Amino acid sequence: MNLFKLSWKYLTFRPLSTGLNVFLLALGLAIITVLLLIQDQFEKKMNQDAAGIDLVVGAKGSPLQLILAGVYHIDFPTGNIPMDEAQKLSRNRLVKNIIPMALGDNYQGFRIVGTNHDYPALYEAKMQSGVLWTKPFEVVLGAEVAGKSGYKVGDEFLGSHGISVGSHEHDANKFKVVGVLERKGNVLDRLILTSVESIWYTHDEGEAEPADSTTNQEEHHMIKLQDSVAVKGFPKTSESRDLTTLLIQYRNPMAAIQLPRLINSGTSMQAASPSFEMSRLFELLGVGITLLQGLAMVIIGISGLGIFIALYNSLKERKYDLAILRAIGASRGQLLLLIFLEGIMLTFMGAVLGILLGHTFLSVIISQNEQGVVGSLQPWIFLKQELWIVVYALTVGVLASIIPAFAAYQTSIAKQLTKA
Amino acid sequence: MLFESKKLEYSHPGQKTLIFPDISLASGESLLVLGKSGSGKTTLLNLLAGLLKPKAGEVILATKDFARMKGQEMDLFRGKEIGIIFQKPHLLAALNVKENLQMAHFFSKKKGQDIGQLLAELGLSEKAKSSVLTLSEGEAQRVSIARALANSPKLILADEPTSSLDDENTEKVISLLKTQAAKIGAALIIVTHDQRVKAHIPNFVEVQAS
Repeated sequence: MNLFKLSWKYLTFRPLSTGLNVFLLALGLAIITVLLLIQDQFEKKMNQDAAGIDLVVGAKGSPLQLILAGVYHIDFPTGNIPMDEAQKLSRNRLVKNIIPMALGDNYQGFRIVGTNHDYPALYEAKMQSGVLWTKPFEVVLGAEVAGKSGYKVGDEFLGSHGISVGSHEHDANKFKVVGVLERKGNVLDRLILTSVESIWYTHDEGEAEPADSTTNQEEHHMIKLQDSVAVKGFPKTSESRDLTTLLIQYRNPMAAIQLPRLINSGTSMQAASPSFEMSRLFELLGVGITLLQGLAMVIIGISGLGIFIALYNSLKERKYDLAILRAIGASRGQLLLLIFLEGIMLTFMGAVLGILLGHTFLSVIISQNEQGVVGSLQPWIFLKQELWIVVYALTVGVLASIIPAFAAYQTSIAKQLTKA
Repeated sequence: MLFESKKLEYSHPGQKTLIFPDISLASGESLLVLGKSGSGKTTLLNLLAGLLKPKAGEVILATKDFARMKGQEMDLFRGKEIGIIFQKPHLLAALNVKENLQMAHFFSKKKGQDIGQLLAELGLSEKAKSSVLTLSEGEAQRVSIARALANSPKLILADEPTSSLDDENTEKVISLLKTQAAKIGAALIIVTHDQRVKAHIPNFVEVQAS
């Protein structure tokens, strides 16, 4: 028998009241844990996905939308841009590298991105199996796409038009898997990569269908399918073609000042900076996060009050017990400690439960939301800040116990025991 | 003399000073403290237990005058050397019978008597693991006696230990107190107005309201 055990016995002697207080505290702390985890991983992920991309160029529209569609692949693209205008941009001395992208198709909700080999290189992607695409209609799957669809190198599938599930399928040409990327926890996991040419040809077929297809055109395409595609720079073509977005890396810091202005005022395209747009987005989300944090604080405050009331009430019933403990040799200090221990044990349980509950909440959110950005968060990563949650909870416990503990300290044994 | 109290005086705030008769007891001796309600019997008991500080006089147990001890020193001395039995058993409801006795060992930092054996002597062996809420009044009072004896104290104080018990249980409790006190060589003081107790212990002092 010691003080720890005695405190524990008293806590378990009132399981409902103890349980309610622990649960209430855990709920408040769980919200904070979820916020911490999402904020941390989201920002990390957002920064990781945007790393190396200084500027995104696309059709005029909302700059935030352009970033969300071009970098994170979660929003609809703003529209298409003519390729010759894009090519002019690549000759600008301020541009170090430019990655063209053609969007517009999906396979079961996973976006098919037409680009060149610089794009996977940007994220230092490694092949898990197979090789990168070199011919039209050859595709490389992101790790998550491969996992969900079960496709391996050599398998074939049909893409659908549009970037969300449920649109009509392009049944003229099948995509052929030639490689699968290693899982890196970034945006590539959720993408299907192919050449820009593949995207073009898919749509050529679609448009050719209603018109009178001549043997001439058929032959033309047949030849193209045997050609290899551009793995660097822009695809070669004699026709006037469209792209969706361009990812640009600056050659020097000067470019950050000149290039966006040049593009926004001098062309029919718009330029947006991922870092600027994302900080604007976080600012907007910040209001919601602050609100949730406030709610969590209120719940924690209430649970603190609950713990205080529970300890204080139980103290009234236990004045005899405390007097008896004094009569059998306990000092005032030990009684003080006994009550503090109860508060601290209660909140410690609340903290541990809260953190576990928070991680569980997150894993439920993730399992409900597999194809969105949230889907790639990791629910069972533990952060250093979670230790602060424990410290914070224990502070609540100590604060809630102060008054009851001093009341216990001041209990007069003679008066209590002889009241009869 | 194992236990002596000399010229004890105490005054409740705003009341006349109470003057108590001197007491002296040898090891194994027992004594009744009699008196009418409100005469200050319980105050005397509190003074003898070190729960209250006397205005004047001394209380000596095994050559130590504990009337002047303070705070933690007094608490520990009481835990080690004095066993107190109250009118009501006041067992800790959150603990079982055995754990209630273990608390006495823990707080007095003393090994004391073997709890299993003590419970056996008091006929409570099979109740060791029971919740104290399931005990009858007589059993509960016996457990509180066991708790008072757990540390083999030199002085056993009992405050109306039989007031809520039937004849049979009163008999049991008194003989238990006497035999156990004799066995561990402690002085026994019982505060009571119960006629049934007087038959067992001839020795008494009377507290008179002045």
